[in-house]
Order: sequence, then C-alpha cells, then structure tokens
Amino acid sequence: MSHTLPPLPYDYDALEPYISEEIMKLHHTKHHQTYVNALNAAEAAYAKASTPKERIALQAALKFNGGGHINHSLFWVNMTAPSEKGGIGGVLNDGPLKEAILASFGSLENLQKEFNTTTAGIQGSGWGWVGVNPTTKRLEITTTANQDPLLTHAPVIGVDIWEHAFYLQYKNVKADYLNAIWHVINFDEAQKRFIEATTGSKL
Amino acid sequence: MLSLARTTLKSSIAKRATRAFAAPSATALLHTLPDLPYAYNALEPYISEEIMTLHHQKHHQTYVNGLNAAEQSYAKSQSVKDQIALQAALKFNGGGHINHSLFWKILAPASGDGGKLSDGPLKAAIERDFGSVEEFQKVFNTKTAAVQGSGWGWLGYNSATKKLEIVTTPNQDPLLSHTPLIGVDIWEHAFYLQYKNVKPDYLNAIWNVINFKEAEKRLVEVQ
Repeated sequence: MSHTLPPLPYDYDALEPYISEEIMKLHHTKHHQTYVNALNAAEAAYAKASTPKERIALQAALKFNGGGHINHSLFWVNMTAPSEKGGIGGVLNDGPLKEAILASFGSLENLQKEFNTTTAGIQGSGWGWVGVNPTTKRLEITTTANQDPLLTHAPVIGVDIWEHAFYLQYKNVKADYLNAIWHVINFDEAQKRFIEATTGSKL
Repeated sequence: MLSLARTTLKSSIAKRATRAFAAPSATALLHTLPDLPYAYNALEPYISEEIMTLHHQKHHQTYVNGLNAAEQSYAKSQSVKDQIALQAALKFNGGGHINHSLFWKILAPASGDGGKLSDGPLKAAIERDFGSVEEFQKVFNTKTAAVQGSGWGWLGYNSATKKLEIVTTPNQDPLLSHTPLIGVDIWEHAFYLQYKNVKPDYLNAIWNVINFKEAEKRLVEVQ
C-alpha cells in the first residue's frame, strides 16, 4: 500500500501568529508531500531489489524520505491552535506529563529553555525532541540530524528546525521561532504518547 | 587611595604580562567578515537583495563569531579530550566561514563577470570531463538538489585524477578532497525567501551569476 499525505488536523492558518499560514501550506503540501512521494518510489525500488547491495544502496532514500514522512506526520499532530484562539495549544494541564517535566527539568520554563538551546545548537538541518528514555522511563531532550527519525527514545514532542520550518517568518532568528512554537504545542497529544511510552498501554 | 591605585596598576601590569606570554593562538588575530565584492542587490534578479543581506550580515557573521569563540576556547583547552570536544564547533563555524568566503567570490553580477564562461582552460576541462557545459550544469544541479539536508554542491579539481568532478559536502563541511572551483550553498537560507521549496529554480538561476573567471583562476593555480 502506498503512503499518503495525512491531512492537517486544523486549518493552514490555525497556528497563526506563531507559525504562518504560508509556512504551513508549503511545509505540508510541498515538503511533506515530497517525502511521501519519494518514500513510495524508494519502497517500490526496494521491492524490486534482488541483492543486498541494491537494498543497501536504497537505504539512504528510505531513511531520508521515510524519516521525513514519520517526522512530519508526528509534527502536525503535536501542534494545535493556540489557547487565545480557543485551542489547547501551549496549555500543560496537571497530569503525568506535567509531573514528569517537573521531575526532570524543574519547570516547564526550564524544559523550554534547555530544549530551545539544544535545538538551536543543531549544526545543519534536524529535529529537536523531548522523548522518553526506554530504560529510565524519564524525559530527555535529544536531537536527530536531517530527517533521521527518533529511534533512541519514544518521541513525546518534536520540533522541526530545518530552515523551511521557520525562515519565511523568522528569517535567521531561530530563537524567536523556538520561543513561539511552544504556544502551539499540543501537550494533550504529548501526554498520550508519554503515557503509552511509560506504561506500554495505548490509549 | 594611593594603595588602591597601586593595586590596580600592579594587576594591569600582571595582566599585560600574562597576555604577552600567552600561547600564540590566544593572541592571534580574530577572523572577520569579508566584504561582499559587490552591492547587496547586484545579483538580482537571480539572488535577491534580501537574501544577500541576511546571508552575509547574519549567517556568515554568525559563523565568524562562532569560529572566533571556538578558537579562543581551543587555545585555552588543557587536554586532548577538551580539544576533541571543540572539533565540532571548529569544523562547523570554520567550515561556514571558509565556504561562505569562497561563495561571495564565486558569484558576480550578471552585468559583470557573472554567467560568462569564455573559451579557456576551464571551459575545455568542463567539456572534456562532462561532454558539454549544459550537461555539467544538469548533473551539478541534480546532485546538489539531492543533498539530504543542508550542504554545498561543488565543482572541484581532483589532483590525483587531474579531472573535474562534482561533489557535495554536508552541513558546513569544507571541501577537502578536491580543490574547490565553484561552490553553491544549498542550505535553505540561501534560497528559500525567493524560491521557496523549488530548489531547481534556484539552481537554474544561480548559473547567471557564477563567476567563471574566478573559477578558472583557481583551476589554473592548482594545475
């Protein structure tokens, strides 16, 4: 079965003023769509491959486009309309996720500060993540390069720091984008993933 | 009052002495942002003034600042482990400074040297190694557009094979395996404001402002 572009769970302008409609449109209909198309092509080629060498030669395309599809699919649902527009974006309610954040980082503000510094420090394109360490079951901040999916942790929050994710609106000022995006992070969705990762139960 | 002045004088003399006997690299000249060889709007309509201004004054300047900071830390580092820990910052910012310094020189206004490849050693080598200039640009654009993430596309001279080759480097890695003749920045900041996601349009456009004279100079120098 071919992969398809998942629809955005909100309108293209829903994350304004934190992420512009222009960026959301391009990011979803062009960038993510391109990963989907190329993933399908890579998988079709992989199915026809008959030697380990051929399969290995296709690994880069599968990782790049497969990772792009995985990461962006997660990205859309991990954002939602901000609270000032009647949404739940940026609102961290009491619950297991909030407790875990306080336990590991002291406060939400501290998590955001550390996350933003780490993510802004990526040397090239990539993603910033808050994830559950499968051994310790604690929240940790980590990054992946390019479109590498997060494999070492269960992703709870992911932020795209490729320049296409913010440049039209924030230009070179990554820090402003990273401060803004917290207003549209869907903590409810993040908590669902956190619970799943720490209890093994799918809600 | 006098004793305070004496203490201050003593400590400033001590500081000066420390500086004078510090390791050479700690007092080495700092890197600076090279001037653009043309006005910010000189590469219009192929590369916008807005992009050139941000790219030079913000992005390249940040690499220069980051490189100076990394080199200062390196000069102070006390162990091999500390030095290794600084390699990433040196490579990223040093590469960023090297690559962008080259980039500004390899571009030129279309009204000047931009986009003009005259008969000569460079044109001959391109035709020898790629068949034609058009075929070279086609392969260059395809390979550069295919960089998975941020990086650079290069036309480089391979001293071992004595041939021109198209290679890419990721992120801000400088080209080490070849002598760089032409470099094209394919980081999104290099084109996104103008070309959005349509990398091929940027890559087609930039050939109008590539300074082939400068590239030829580099080829002749290394051959």
